[in-house]
Amino acid sequence: MEKFAPVKRSEDGQPVRYLIVDDSVFARKNLVRMIESFGGQVIGEAGDGVSAISEYERLTPDIVLMDITMPQMEGIEAAERIVREHPNARIVMVSSVGYQENIVAALQRGARHFVQKPVKPEVLYEVIKYVMRDDGTTARGAGAGV
Amino acid sequence: MRMDLIQPFINSADAVLAQALGSAISIEDLSMEKEAYRRKGIAAAVNLTGEIEGRIIFDVDLGAAVQLASRLAGVEVSEAHEDLVREAVLELANQIIGNAVTTLNDQGFRFHVRPPIVHTGEQGSKSSEDTEALVMGFNTSSGKVFMNVALSYHCSRAAEAAAAAR
Repeated sequence: MEKFAPVKRSEDGQPVRYLIVDDSVFARKNLVRMIESFGGQVIGEAGDGVSAISEYERLTPDIVLMDITMPQMEGIEAAERIVREHPNARIVMVSSVGYQENIVAALQRGARHFVQKPVKPEVLYEVIKYVMRDDGTTARGAGAGV
Repeated sequence: MRMDLIQPFINSADAVLAQALGSAISIEDLSMEKEAYRRKGIAAAVNLTGEIEGRIIFDVDLGAAVQLASRLAGVEVSEAHEDLVREAVLELANQIIGNAVTTLNDQGFRFHVRPPIVHTGEQGSKSSEDTEALVMGFNTSSGKVFMNVALSYHCSRAAEAAAAAR
């Protein structure tokens, strides 16, 4: 997979820490490979909304990549619950169902951005940089890989 | 059968398969079927209810399914890993349906999609007179992928939904 200029946390220069939430093991594996190519660190995975909330509490990741359609609790509800308790949580919804109503619902309930599956690495990379904004930095002079 | 309901699924399957398998895709077979569906490989079924109602079955040749699983996992997957191969086909169906649903919703159609399930039966139910199935064979470098679409449009439900929204 193509390498991108690493996105680091500006506060301490450490890799951005991710929680990946998706009921598909393949979707998670795919996202893990992309995150690694961005120089990020996957600190946890969850397969449903309920586990996502408990894993967020336990790990406090910098970014959550959250699927929408999942068993037990859907991603939009899980995002809303996380943001209610942690208003600064950065949650990016990652779903194949990207119609306007769904995107608006996710953003209204606290998600920071939306990426449609199948995920293109260059799209996710730009979204990660946007979502991290002042709290993230990329290596100076390095190409964005796109 | 309304082609405006089917076309988003064809476009989505074409795009998602090309990206997932990393090769060019061509549609080789296109036919209408009234007979019961017969499974050919690893199959996933998706049911739709609402203004658009019916079912879609994705049926992937074992060879293509194994390659798909390997590409999605980033490691070599063999036929022996049945669960992984089935999971890969479900994820493929999920992405194709999700993209098509996005297009149809943005065009104003309102319906509900259930998550894909593995279709294990050798044979599926017959399609009815008004939901005749359209069967497409996508040719890939590693085998065939069939998409069997049997959908109908219920304008009365669309009117009900519009009335409820007023």
